[in-house]
Amino acid sequence: MTSAGNLATYNFAYLDEQTKRMIRRAILKAIAIPGYQVPFASREMPMPYGWGTGGVQVTASILGPDDTLKVIDQGADDTTNAVSIRAFFQKVANVKVTTKTGEATVIQTRHRIPEEPLTEGQVLVYQVPIPEPLRFLEPRETETRKMHALEEYGLMHVKLYEDIARNGHIATTYAYPVKVGERYVMDPSPIPKFDNPKMHRSQALQLFGAGREKRIYAIPPHTEVVSLDFEDYPFEIQKFEKPCALCGAENVYLDEVVLDDKGGRMFVCSDTDHCEDRRNAGHVGELGVAQTEAAE
Amino acid sequence: MYVAVKGGEAAISNAHRLLADRRRGDRNLPAISVEQIVAQLALSVDRIMAEASLYDKTLAALAMRQARGDMIEAIFILRAYRTTLPRFGYSNPINTGEMLVERRISATYKDLPGGQLLGPTFDYTHRLLDPDLLNDSPVEEPITAETGHEPIMRVADILAGESLIEMEEPGEEETTPGDITREPLEFPLGRDERLQALARGDEGFLLALGYSTQRGYARSHPFAGEIRIGLVDVEVDIPELGFAVSIGKVQITECQMVNQFKGSAKQPPQFTRGYGLVFGQSERKAMAMSLVDRALRASEFGEDITAPAQDEEFVISHSDNVQATGFVEHLKLPHYVDFQAELDLVRRMRAEYEATQTGTATTEHKEAAE
Repeated sequence: MTSAGNLATYNFAYLDEQTKRMIRRAILKAIAIPGYQVPFASREMPMPYGWGTGGVQVTASILGPDDTLKVIDQGADDTTNAVSIRAFFQKVANVKVTTKTGEATVIQTRHRIPEEPLTEGQVLVYQVPIPEPLRFLEPRETETRKMHALEEYGLMHVKLYEDIARNGHIATTYAYPVKVGERYVMDPSPIPKFDNPKMHRSQALQLFGAGREKRIYAIPPHTEVVSLDFEDYPFEIQKFEKPCALCGAENVYLDEVVLDDKGGRMFVCSDTDHCEDRRNAGHVGELGVAQTEAAE
Repeated sequence: MYVAVKGGEAAISNAHRLLADRRRGDRNLPAISVEQIVAQLALSVDRIMAEASLYDKTLAALAMRQARGDMIEAIFILRAYRTTLPRFGYSNPINTGEMLVERRISATYKDLPGGQLLGPTFDYTHRLLDPDLLNDSPVEEPITAETGHEPIMRVADILAGESLIEMEEPGEEETTPGDITREPLEFPLGRDERLQALARGDEGFLLALGYSTQRGYARSHPFAGEIRIGLVDVEVDIPELGFAVSIGKVQITECQMVNQFKGSAKQPPQFTRGYGLVFGQSERKAMAMSLVDRALRASEFGEDITAPAQDEEFVISHSDNVQATGFVEHLKLPHYVDFQAELDLVRRMRAEYEATQTGTATTEHKEAAE
């Protein structure tokens, strides 16, 4: 008979130590071969597949009691899934959590890279839905593995070329493929291509976990990460016409917020921590309220 | 004035509180007990155990209650628990030939050693709503008989005696079976891993695929050689003792599908096997699994691969309902960062499109004026 008492015990950071060791080995291999997708025996996690189980497993395996964890989803610390994952680690690992990018030792993210440049010693853990950059060109794993082994990436260039021929643009705006360390073409997870340049020679270690697809890959610090393009159609990032309406930041990624049903819109920082920092430092955007006034 | 959306934490906690309320339902009714679920919704419990790959009726019933009766949610809860359990070792292969049989039927022989045993089946019931079940009317005790001493031999063994059916793998050497819960899947799979994946695969998905083979998408001329349901011993080798010890009994459903095969240059004409094995009582799942297993063996027999049910990557990559439901439902997570990127591109392309349209309009106009 199973008693309730037996059920309630879980190891530090949920995963048992054997599993963590297996995942750490996969991570080490991934770091040794930048951009290469290492298969690993992904576990069922207590949250659904597709909701960050890969990232959660990577985080659970690297987290120590002294770490400070930040979790973001769409750039924000307070989106429901980020809240849920942060609460999970508070519960099972009792680690310190933060919303400050600078204070975190481990940052788990979905769909964004923080605006504040990451520094040495930090680890950025990405949640990855489909790790295979060639998947939508070739659905078969047996084929895509061969293509990576032979460094046969012509198909990807043909796809990008066809985009230009048809639309005049490369029609990939997020999950924009990159080449890592001049060898593997890699899916950066569905971050907007705006964030791609931040991966290049980043001081932080970047780890990617795909739970459902059972793959881990990595970009070690200071690794070259190049977004695929053509000489005559160089890679470009999105540009926003206006700065953040709350903090006035330029050259940051903005979310569009619909204000009314008459086409009223405002654009605000997607990175909520960055926005808050700037507002605290006295920056005010078009629709923002100065922090001192607001406090009064 | 727009205020950044905060309060996700409170919202989540309130939502869970509401969920707990809805789960309990009308407080004037007694709460349904786990024991009642185990006893009276046994087939649901069986399905949860099978697809969660954990044989524990109490926990399966608890998961079902916790999931408000949502089967896939219950399977998910039980799997997430299973995965944290330490692995002590592996049992010896169960011997279904020595099963304590509760049901055993063969569609290929009219009578056979051990006989046909209908057991507790819905077959031949008329699916008329039974008003008696609205009340707790007394139910008669079942009729039981002494078990015969005749062994209930497996139909596949009868055919094997005449060499009319392919021999069972592994033929050449004793190999340790893979474990899909501990090792990442790498295609192409061995049949051991494939059968493991099918055994925990979604019943509905396998049912549909099995059905598709009957309708001509990879037809395999199947006969239900045998279906048997009953208890088998699970034995584990204890190194200190030097012999195997039974650690308990589990109820399983086994289906041996017998399929036609015309033979090839290497093999004489003979019957081939499709195999299904499921925890608990689930004939539908075991039969569907054996149809799909046979379809997936196409390349082994040099058959053309033309249908979805024969495509290993397609079938196995999509048969796991916990994975499928997670990924389908993740679409409700916020995607506004990616959507913003797409929005920007569509707007830009629209602007360019409209520019060319007005451009052509003016040229046409000019031409007309000329």
